[in-house]
This record gives sequence, C-alpha cells and structure tokens, in this order.
Amino acid sequence: MNTPVIVADLIELIKRTATDLPGPIEAAVIQARKREAQGSPAWDALRVIEENITLARQKATPICQDTGTLNFFIDYPTGWSTLALSEQVRTATAEATRLSILRPNAVDGITGENSGDNLGEGQPNIYWQEWTKPYLRVRLLLKGGGCENMGRQYALPDARLQAKRDLAGVRRVLLDAVHQAQGQGCAPGVLGVCIGGDRSQGYVEAKRQLLRPLHDANADPALAALEDRVLREANSLGIGPMGFGGKTTLLGVKIGALHRLPASYFVTVSYMCWAYRKHELMWHAEGVVEYA
Amino acid sequence: MRELTLPISEADIRALHAGEIVSLSGVVVTARDMAHKYLVEHFIHREPASDERALYEEIRALLRNGGIYHCGPVMKRHGETWQMVAGGPTTSSREEEYADSIIEHFGVRVIIGKGGMGGRTKSACLKHGAVYLHAVGGAAALIAQSVKEVTGVWKLEFGMPEAMWQLRISGLRLVVTIDAHGRNWHEEIANASEQVLQSLLAELGG
Ligand code: SF4
Repeated sequence: MNTPVIVADLIELIKRTATDLPGPIEAAVIQARKREAQGSPAWDALRVIEENITLARQKATPICQDTGTLNFFIDYPTGWSTLALSEQVRTATAEATRLSILRPNAVDGITGENSGDNLGEGQPNIYWQEWTKPYLRVRLLLKGGGCENMGRQYALPDARLQAKRDLAGVRRVLLDAVHQAQGQGCAPGVLGVCIGGDRSQGYVEAKRQLLRPLHDANADPALAALEDRVLREANSLGIGPMGFGGKTTLLGVKIGALHRLPASYFVTVSYMCWAYRKHELMWHAEGVVEYA
Repeated sequence: MRELTLPISEADIRALHAGEIVSLSGVVVTARDMAHKYLVEHFIHREPASDERALYEEIRALLRNGGIYHCGPVMKRHGETWQMVAGGPTTSSREEEYADSIIEHFGVRVIIGKGGMGGRTKSACLKHGAVYLHAVGGAAALIAQSVKEVTGVWKLEFGMPEAMWQLRISGLRLVVTIDAHGRNWHEEIANASEQVLQSLLAELGG
C-alpha cells in the first residue's frame, strides 16, 4: 500500500505537545501547590508554573522555550513505509520550527553550529515498532536538556551507595539520583526507570516508561510498591520545586524492567521535568485522527 | 514582595537576602555559553579589538549595574522588530567559570538563571555586591509575557538561543538564591537533603 501523507497531522501533534500540558500533570502541579506553605518560594514557583501552563495553552505558545529533543514513538501497521514516514516527520519538524512552535534546537555535535530547523544527525529521534493494529499511532515526548542532563545510569552493585542487586538496591540508587539532581532538572519531576537491559536499552526503556499515564498502577506489584515508596521518600528530601525547598520534589516514579545479562545489573534513570510534554495521535484514515 | 528596577545600586542589592521573592523590571541581556565565552575572551582576557570597541562600549554601558539573564529564547521577527515567544531560564552552572570575571569587569549586579551557581559566583557576589536570582525553570510563556520589548540584539550570528538579546522586562517574579552576604540557598538545601538521604539510606536492606 501507499503510505498516507500525514504531515499536517504531525504538525498538529507537535503543536499540541509543545503548548498544551496534559491535564493529569497540570492537576498534579496544583495538588502540589496546595501542600506548600502559602507565600513560600516553593508555593510561588508552583503558582508561576500553573499560570504558565494556562497561558501557554491559551496563546498556543511553547510551555518551555527548550522544546527539547523530539522523541517520536511510532507504531505502524504492516505495509507502511518507515522511510516515507520518517521523511514526513522531518518535514513536519522543520515546518513546526519555522512556525516558532519549536526552538531551533539541533546543533552540530562537533562545531555547535545550529541547523536552524531541528533536523540533523539523529534529530528528530524516532523509535519504530510495527504492530498488528490497522491504524498508526504516533506518541511524541518533548524532553528538554536541563532534565535530560540529570539522567543517570548505575551499575549494581554500587559500593558507595551500598546498593546490591535487588529492589532494595534499586531504591537506594533512585534516591541518590533524586538527591544528585536537586532542583536542576526543573523539579518537581518524574523518574522514568529501567532495571536491566544493556546500557543503551536502559535509557530507551526509561524514556518509554515516561509514556505511561501519571497515575497508572504498575502491573508488577513489587515494582508498584517500589514506585510508591521512592515517590514518598524522595518527597521527604525537602528539595522542593526548583530546589527552593518544599514538600514536592517528584510527581511520579515509573519503573520498568528488561531482561539482562547475568553479569550486568543496570539501573537507568531518565529525569523528566514538570514540563512533561507528551501527546499522541491515532491516524485511522484521512480526516479521521484522534489526539490524546 | 520587593520591587527592583535595573539599573540598580549596590546598596539595594546588599539589602536582599537569600530566600526572598522579588519582582524585577528594567533591561536585561540574555547570555548563554557562547556569549559568556565571547565576553571573556574578547573583552576581559584582552583589550577589545578596534573593530569591536564600539560594541564593547555599548555592552558595558548596559551591563553596568544591570542584569544578565541565562536564557536561550524562541523569538519571532516582525519586520524590523523581534518578539519573544518563549524565554525561560537555562541552567546557570554552565557559566560558573565565567560569571565571576564578568561580574567584576562589567559591574553586573544581577544574574538571572536556574539551578543556582557555585562558590566562585558566590564569592564574586559577596565581594562586588551582586545577587543571583532564580527564575522558575520552564515558565517560558509567562516570562515572555513579562518581556515588554526586545530593545535590540547583539551577536545574532551565534544563533537564536545564543545571541545576546536586550529585553525590557516588567514585574518578573524571582527568588534570591545567592545573596551579597555569602549565602547560597541551593547549598543549604542540598546539605539539608543530604542529611535526610543519609538517614533513609541508614535503613540497610531498605
Ligand atoms: S528542564 Fe524542562 S522545564 Fe526546565 S528548562 Fe528544560 S525543558 Fe524546560
């Protein structure tokens, strides 16, 4: 079959993602503010964030000026051409940049020269998966540099943290990751975590965990319990929004696991800032497109 | 909330304390890695070259008792003028190696950014009478609204995020996190959270 042309829908997806923060994340920010002492720097920071979310949505301007790496997770029906689709993703990305929905954000790895249109080696970033459903699903996660820089990978056992190769060890390194990040990843943040895999798989799976709904429950009861515990304990560290001090340092923890080699036990953390921008589209047919 | 206006006097800066929320107005200049490197290498480490003298004088006039904003904005051109579309702060620690000499040389009183800065900046703030003001990271749309006018741009050839944009802001809400008395709020929070972390980790086996 011929791969349909969906450039306009992709531009719409990019625009929604950059300007419209998902409702559950906004609600979590509001909840967080209610826990802080009124008039404190933490309370004020959360209020600024709330006002910013509303304003960006109203004016359809970027929530954060760092519109980040464009991470596309694309599930495509059998028969679609990934070559044709990736060309369309590139076209949509360049056009969204021209429209000032995205900041020109791709610089040459060596010279630092800005390509001007967000295209370049490895940019935008696409993860492909063929699936058996009859429609196309494109999930977009915009992830800025400030929080990406707070990502970390631990190889267990970790002597410094006395972290062994078990879930108790995972807890120890996750708390360390939150402490190391302080407010620098624009806290309150969300941790995407992968236990296992090799080094590169770990980072991809950690990002994939960030695609989960903020309030879903992990299907694995042991991981669900660990997510709750790390969230609670991280919020007792007192780092707070922007590292101003306060009760909310994290809004969520999402942990997944991959098989690993017997010799390796990686715990990989992807830190996502409060500007947790993700949306998806489901393309059924020309004009039949759902956004979520 | 205390109202501050740039240019600002040393006495007004010394009156501020870590943890205070302020509202800032006046003209600030954006600078990221390339601009910092440029200022230091072209104007501080050597005499300004003759063809850059005029630019140097312009920059110096604006920075004296003025503010630097760590920001790489999204801008939109309307004919001859520019409008800020989004412009929250960027991570300040990358400028740690430059900030002290820029504070000293240019007489900068206010540095705006996110994530805080280190010991060299703290000492320069104490010695020369400057403060670090923390903006809310990511609050790009709201901050863009506090930018009333883009009064000019230097070094546009560095690219949109790295250029030095001159912004007239009004009522930008910020938190003092490094004051001119030797306090660094971020260090204090980091130390306190380290204590909690150690007590959580003391539960061996978890
Ligand atoms: S960490 Fe997130 S909110 Fe902060 S500047 Fe980067 S993208 Fe924006």
